[in-house]
Amino acid sequence: MAPSTLTIEDYREVAPKGAVDFLLRLAERARGRRFLHVNSTRVGGGVAEILSRLVPIMGDLGIKTAWEVIEGDPEFFATTKAFHNALQGTEQVFTEALLEHYLEVNRANAERLRPAGDLVLIHDPQPAAMIESRPPEGRWAWRCHIDLSTPQRRPWAFLRRYVLRYDAAVFSLPAFAQWLPIPQFLVYPSIDPLAEKNRRMTKSEIAKTLGALQVPDDKPILLQVSRFDRFKDPIGVINAYRMVKRYHDVRLVLAGGGATDDPEGAQVLAEVREAAGRDPDILVLDLPSNAHLQINALQRAAAIVVQKSTREGFGLTVAEAMWKGKPVVGGATGGITVQILYGVTGYTVNSVEGAAYRIRYLLSNPALMRKMGEAGREHVRRNFLITRHLRDYLSLLVHLTG
Amino acid sequence: MDMAQPAPFVFFGCVELRELLGLRARDERELMEQLERAPLGAVYYHTHSVFLRHYQVTGAYPNDFANWVAAQVRDQVLGERLAVVDPFAFGSLEALRDELVSIIDHHIATLHPVPRVVFGDPFFFVQSHVIEVPTGLEARTLGEFRRCLAEVDASSIYFHALESKVRRGHPRGDFADWLGEARGRESLAEEIARINPYLGGLEEIRLRILRLVDAALGEEAQGGGP
Repeated sequence: MAPSTLTIEDYREVAPKGAVDFLLRLAERARGRRFLHVNSTRVGGGVAEILSRLVPIMGDLGIKTAWEVIEGDPEFFATTKAFHNALQGTEQVFTEALLEHYLEVNRANAERLRPAGDLVLIHDPQPAAMIESRPPEGRWAWRCHIDLSTPQRRPWAFLRRYVLRYDAAVFSLPAFAQWLPIPQFLVYPSIDPLAEKNRRMTKSEIAKTLGALQVPDDKPILLQVSRFDRFKDPIGVINAYRMVKRYHDVRLVLAGGGATDDPEGAQVLAEVREAAGRDPDILVLDLPSNAHLQINALQRAAAIVVQKSTREGFGLTVAEAMWKGKPVVGGATGGITVQILYGVTGYTVNSVEGAAYRIRYLLSNPALMRKMGEAGREHVRRNFLITRHLRDYLSLLVHLTG
Repeated sequence: MDMAQPAPFVFFGCVELRELLGLRARDERELMEQLERAPLGAVYYHTHSVFLRHYQVTGAYPNDFANWVAAQVRDQVLGERLAVVDPFAFGSLEALRDELVSIIDHHIATLHPVPRVVFGDPFFFVQSHVIEVPTGLEARTLGEFRRCLAEVDASSIYFHALESKVRRGHPRGDFADWLGEARGRESLAEEIARINPYLGGLEEIRLRILRLVDAALGEEAQGGGP
């Protein structure tokens, strides 16, 4: 279903009972108010993906919602990419000229867009300095989607000067926040159950998609979906699989991307392939970033989904898997710990051995796997669907605009 | 002649907007110190809002402090001691805070070193802003009240039975107030006011009120009502 054709009514069948009516009544409290989102891209990445759904639905709820995207040259985006990495702890070099160019681009965008609304939500660091041009009316909040827990000092000190001028900041996890003398709110990200990656699939569709990927479904599938990145610990997943394989005849699928446009990703992919060796039951799939239906099919075909990260952002692949009724074994890091209810929807683990033990335990208890899968789906239904995200943004609008 | 009708009971649901307070604890002493320093809204959030957030989850302790100590610090003893604190047994949030602080203080007095998080997450103090949401449901009679209560969103139970008692100055809760004052059902109101959510959660409160209302409606049908 194309995003433009969706309305809030389409979510009745997937949201918790009464949730859509509740949203309609909550929206009544903010009807007619203007809510502007500003970010740096219309396509690609989790923020654009969720805004493309949230914005039309908020409009459908009677909120005058708009979404503007800033423009910049390659130098600007190279700087903001460096910001992104530095704010998440990777050492980067910034010259005065680069920082000045960042400010110039923000000023030019503010001049072009003249952002205004009862609530203006600025997403991530790229447009953060537009706050310099805020009009006197309306409230402005900075929505930080990244992990700010261990930033490089200089870029954060630079950005912080602008963040302090907002009325509020919004973070995805308490652990991602920094000390700020402005109110900071907590809003978890979400998945869209009607998007290609999460929509219902028929058995024949799943079988056909697996066939195209050359993934046999003759034995239980352990699946990890993630970029080929060391923090996702794909080698650890292979080692855990080998510990499991002595007791259960399973197949491991490591599906991800990021190897084509990221030199380190290509290196990690090569290491993963080497670690997999000639084992015919380890399948390594390097998928393009738009392989949403393939990911959907793999998650639905899996017996257990693994997300054995050693460092993670929010890790919405966990919610995606739970939405498909799968128990999840995940690393005890980042947003994985708030998504997995230990012993209820899966297990968080701290080692390869822990992952292997929990996978074995689950494979030996099919009834528990089913029960956890059902509990996980309900947990996601209540806490990690776009309908809950809408509720939080509407609450923010009501709260900040009185 | 103008016969004044009792005001209807208007059901509201609610949502919580969570605010991070920037206070965190990595060991049990820090937990105690930050708990003393935190606004009462945080005491409320970590002891009462749990019912709104986790009402479908079984097995967890009924407050965030106990869950953190047990799951992240791995100190089961303090977890159990904090879990047994009934947040509804205190006259004020200050008194509840004093009790929690006293338990932690007594527990760590003899422990060297003080238990701390090694692999787990710190405790992050949060407070919430509750936003009222009209449900569109109104009751003028006991029968209507029963029908509305059975179908209303669980957040409405939280709003009228918990939030109103602790943060809106209605010690008996909105349900009991209306039944007693507007419907003249004082004994039913008292029974509802005595329901303690500590062991059951929101659906248990709903169920218990429905049972009491059913009994009252049964008496009324037999001609024993007010």
